[in-house]
Amino acid sequence: MSPREIFALRDYLSPELKGRTISDAHHLVSLTDVLSHTVLGGRLRELAGRSVLLKLSDQLKSGLAMIELDGVARRMLLCPPDLNPAHLDALIADAEIDAVVTDDPASWADKAIALIVSAQLPPIASAPARTERATEWLMLTSGTSGVPKIAAHTLEALTGAIVAEGPARGPAPVWATFYDIRRYGGLQIFLRAVLSGGSMVLSDPHEALGDHVARLNACGVKHISGTPSHWRKLLMSGAAAQFAPRYVRLSGEIADQAVLDGLKAAFPDSSIGHAYASTEAGVGFAVNDGLEGFPADYVGANRNGVEMKVVDGSLRIRSKCIAHAYVGRNATALADSDGFVDSGDMVELRGERYYFVGRRGGIINIGGLKVHPEEIEAVINRHPDVRMSRAKSRKSPITGGIVVADVILADGTDPARAKEIRDQIVTQCRAQLASHKVPAVIRFVDALDVTPAGKLARSDA
Amino acid sequence: MSVRLKILEAIKQIAQEQHVKLPPLTDDLSLHETGFDSLAFAILVARLEDELGTDPFTISEDAAFPSTIGDFVRAYENVPA
Repeated sequence: MSPREIFALRDYLSPELKGRTISDAHHLVSLTDVLSHTVLGGRLRELAGRSVLLKLSDQLKSGLAMIELDGVARRMLLCPPDLNPAHLDALIADAEIDAVVTDDPASWADKAIALIVSAQLPPIASAPARTERATEWLMLTSGTSGVPKIAAHTLEALTGAIVAEGPARGPAPVWATFYDIRRYGGLQIFLRAVLSGGSMVLSDPHEALGDHVARLNACGVKHISGTPSHWRKLLMSGAAAQFAPRYVRLSGEIADQAVLDGLKAAFPDSSIGHAYASTEAGVGFAVNDGLEGFPADYVGANRNGVEMKVVDGSLRIRSKCIAHAYVGRNATALADSDGFVDSGDMVELRGERYYFVGRRGGIINIGGLKVHPEEIEAVINRHPDVRMSRAKSRKSPITGGIVVADVILADGTDPARAKEIRDQIVTQCRAQLASHKVPAVIRFVDALDVTPAGKLARSDA
Repeated sequence: MSVRLKILEAIKQIAQEQHVKLPPLTDDLSLHETGFDSLAFAILVARLEDELGTDPFTISEDAAFPSTIGDFVRAYENVPA
């Protein structure tokens, strides 16, 4: 059909590999037979060549719909679960959406969308479809407070890092992630599961962590990824004791030494690594030496097709895995004239290593001085009794702003030691941070909010 | 503990953290002579707000920042609870 061979997800799935599944807390669907089934009620043909909004209440239907739509639709826009409904109209206009796949068709009755297709489980038997075009994958950026930006990828760019690694050795792995697969970090794991011949276990935001871990164990999950906040929650929950994944991966936030060490202690036989990736910049690199930050020689060289440079303190990335454009009426250029994407992640060179210090947009102002809250948290988290922390700015009538920190202590810490621990944290911060970065007030709290994207909530940042 | 004692305790704690050597804390000691810089005072006011539930310097727009220890303590004592 096409002059050049186009691969879509269906072309990586074959009925010859038996026993492959994708499951969530409620359903288990065969990936072996997926090509001869449909969650779209057999209406895939109607969606051919259309710009499809994928707005579903769960990840399982979303993943199965992606497999069907890829190679058939013109583009598909993946809606993460926490998408603000107030932004829908703008996104629909920007992405030129002319069809919606939903499991809540009633809510679309009054919208002027040409085609509404219902998705439902279980999948029903249907003739296999054929790949006829390269579908554009549209993903929403996280972390912005206004309308999220739409970043456009090809399947080739999304899977570039996976294909470069080559096929997995040994038996087909079972993959899992704490992320939602409609976000970049989670989508990478879903694509790995599809391309590697393996199976996939999805997360469920309504499930207790202990039940989730029990399900991961029951399914034989060996590879699992999440943000440092996801992992800190697991370490705090006590559920880690029952779990023994072989590969533990962190991404999406700064993996500081404390969380890496905490995971090494909890999973002594696992390979623990952190990776750098973003919706716009794609997969950057992986670090597997157990240390925070990354070796200085990653910058400047071309490593596995990824080139990085640091300009004005922020990491810039060029590779074939970056998104190719922002989509929409007010879309700005995604890359500079040399093809580098500015990640907005600030790094600092200390010795032979670069360290992440925070997001450019997350800087707090302390008496006119710029401070990255992440840098303060990394120092606080090094205290052996601390599990998680969040630094933020608080108004001061004297200096304009001061740093305050909310800290979660390890389970079973004697409350009588609170003053001693507070003094030790302050001493530790004074030794390693400029004086205006030392928290003026430290509060001990039971929990810190984590966003649906798995990142520490920074509403005031 | 009285408001005065709580304030003096907080001043001593911050002095220790900031490695400031305090002179004796008498009522007529000027705040300048405590050796505290503006950051140390900012920390003091924030901690007292948490401990005493009030920040007399933010509440009142025209409140002049006190000049002595005695004035500082009175600013807290005079705030209705």
